[in-house]
Amino acid sequence: MNYFPDEVIEHVFDFIASHKDRNAVSLVCKSWYKIERISRRRVFIGNCYAISPERVIERFPELKSLTLKGKPHFADFNLVPHDWGGFVQPWIEALVKHRVGLEELRLKRMVISDESLERLSKAFVNFKTLVLVSCEGFTTDGLAAIAANCRFLRELDLQENEVEDHRGHWISCFPESCTSLVSLNFACLKGDINLTALERLVARSPNLTSLRLNRAVPLDTLQRILMRAPQLVDLGTGSFLHDPASGASSKLKATLLKCNSIRTLSGFLEVSPRCLTAIYPVCQNLNSLNLSYAPGIHGHDLIKLIQHCRKLERLWILDSIGDKGLGVVASTCKELQELRVFPSDPYGAGNATVTEEGLVAISAGCPKLHSLLYFCQQMTNAALITVAKNCSNFTRFRLCILDPIKPDPVTMQPLDEGFGAIVQSCKRLRRLSLSGLLTDQVFLYIGMYAEQLEMLSIAFAGNSDKGMLYVLNGCKKLRKLEIRDSPFGNTALLTDVGKYETMRSLWMSSCEITLVGCEILAKKMPMLNVEIINDEDDIAPSSEDILRVGKMYLYRTLVGSRKDAPWFVDIL
Amino acid sequence: MSPENLNQLPDSDVGSLNFEETRLTLGLPGVECRGCKSGVKRGFSETVDLNLGSSSSGCGDGGGDKRYSGENDELDSAKPLAAKAQVVGWPPVRASRKNAMKSCKYVKVAVDGAPYLRKVDLEMYNSYQQLLSALEDMFSCFTIRNYLNERKIMDQVNGVEYVPTYEDKDGDWMLIGDVPWKMFVESCKRLRLMKSSEAIGLAAPRTPSKNSSTS
Repeated sequence: MNYFPDEVIEHVFDFIASHKDRNAVSLVCKSWYKIERISRRRVFIGNCYAISPERVIERFPELKSLTLKGKPHFADFNLVPHDWGGFVQPWIEALVKHRVGLEELRLKRMVISDESLERLSKAFVNFKTLVLVSCEGFTTDGLAAIAANCRFLRELDLQENEVEDHRGHWISCFPESCTSLVSLNFACLKGDINLTALERLVARSPNLTSLRLNRAVPLDTLQRILMRAPQLVDLGTGSFLHDPASGASSKLKATLLKCNSIRTLSGFLEVSPRCLTAIYPVCQNLNSLNLSYAPGIHGHDLIKLIQHCRKLERLWILDSIGDKGLGVVASTCKELQELRVFPSDPYGAGNATVTEEGLVAISAGCPKLHSLLYFCQQMTNAALITVAKNCSNFTRFRLCILDPIKPDPVTMQPLDEGFGAIVQSCKRLRRLSLSGLLTDQVFLYIGMYAEQLEMLSIAFAGNSDKGMLYVLNGCKKLRKLEIRDSPFGNTALLTDVGKYETMRSLWMSSCEITLVGCEILAKKMPMLNVEIINDEDDIAPSSEDILRVGKMYLYRTLVGSRKDAPWFVDIL
Repeated sequence: MSPENLNQLPDSDVGSLNFEETRLTLGLPGVECRGCKSGVKRGFSETVDLNLGSSSSGCGDGGGDKRYSGENDELDSAKPLAAKAQVVGWPPVRASRKNAMKSCKYVKVAVDGAPYLRKVDLEMYNSYQQLLSALEDMFSCFTIRNYLNERKIMDQVNGVEYVPTYEDKDGDWMLIGDVPWKMFVESCKRLRLMKSSEAIGLAAPRTPSKNSSTS
């Protein structure tokens, strides 16, 4: 292809969207590397400490969209100390300094301050998209700066962030001239919102297709918003409480009849079940429904609602739906591709109401299912084997038995054979989370069959170093491995140190590895950062395990030790 | 979730609030624990040591829990896995999801002798310690004296000692700390900082605290 002029090749490259493919293209030859480099506009950095911002900017000078990830995944479950790191500030400073024409920033598990948000809003004149997922460090003041200064803002998407809410009227900071919004999601904000400003903003945003409100937005406001934005495709309701005095719920019913573009529905943080009939007309069009924040919808109301949703491809729901309710899902939602069942008591008090029965029903009724997250009370090998037979399409299979070392309650055997069946039959499995009583045997199966596996989460499993070695030796495409409370030690860690250069990261907490083991690893592999996190909350070591490492996080990097590590992190 | 929603949930109304959790244990719910009574209101002194640990771990608060389990080494070594699991990060539900599922629960706070009431949102806090230090901030003349062990609040100007008490769902006045935090949040109807001279007899007499020298 090298007889084409560069412009032609560049034009061809424009059609290559996936990061993976672009990476592959850039490895073909020097000339392709050069063309790809100056034409790449979207860059994904899976670990903000793996490379310096300067190096990224130098290689991709035309960068417009940047995605960055910070803290390790286990931070979601409070396993990473709060101020571990993941600051976006140096990135923003570098982008500003090198006058990158940034238009899009997507951050996950990062810390972003109000100052950074303000800098961002002022420095990049064409800034259009800000997506923050599980981020922290900012308040509504920072959002006010984004609203006020980003004249061409199209998307402000706040997902599951910890936001300090100054009850400010950040929503009223969008200037009158702002008419470009396509997507606005502030469902994670706790505080009040200026409802008049919100309604006016919606009214002047003709292109708004996605709107997710927070708890502070009442039913009558929702009704007025929907009057003005019948074009919405993705709706997240706030409070769905019925106020008999306002008559809003009957009006809402009439309004929703006209909202026939809605395909994605979420919210319902508070609900009067009697208002739910209003959304039945919408249900028949839905392909995505998230009721996982809606503990107020359950029992009969929930089942009836589901029965209207025949086209669902994605369903997120609480376990209060029960096995019977999942049976209804299985017989109703024939197009279902993704199912997540969350515990209605996230503190894990153990009164979950779904079991293997519900999962088997789903696998029999929903042949297109390929992504699963399932929090359940118990699971059996027989059920997992049936699920594996019924659905071999799984790319993501995450099963969480609330009691972490619970065996098959029928046979009292470990769940090795069940998970073994899943990895054997699901050839395209990329992500797997295990739970229940598990021995090294399950890792033998994973290493043997899970050829496409990229991310594996292990907790309270295995008997010896062999378990981890099976995985490291077998899973050639493994990128992320996270392990907690499993008896894997130095032998497992050190047998194949070269493997870690092919992976993005390895997390091990409460395993058997020691400081000496980690030091050896760090010495052998200078391209790796081996972080020892001396969590102040860790139980004081007894004399026997004084050298045991509580939390270890290792990742490959091109920049050496990070400079912003807090005092409790040692980088070897 | 609001209390009324809770009542509609099949398995999580206050009445059947998992009594396992009230047991003196650091183990997982359902793990057998010898010699534990359940469902019985206990006096202050019986509970102050152990319940703190299990209550805050029930709230998934990484902070205090592990320190606490450290002080209970025997329990820990007996059931190390289970205790740890209860402590932090299990089940793997995002912390933000846990927070989002919470709603507000406002209760009134009265102080003996003060002519006004204040309100606090119990859902804002994860432990008794957090609540007490909030009360301390709210009534700025107070300092909490050695709250870990004694849970008393001092008005240093007048030298009056207050004991935080609450009215539970049965209408009984109890000393704060008698049940795990989460159960307290469900049950508490209002708070009262009672002059300690009047609080005698609310619960079993306290055994002299072995740590009182640190106060």
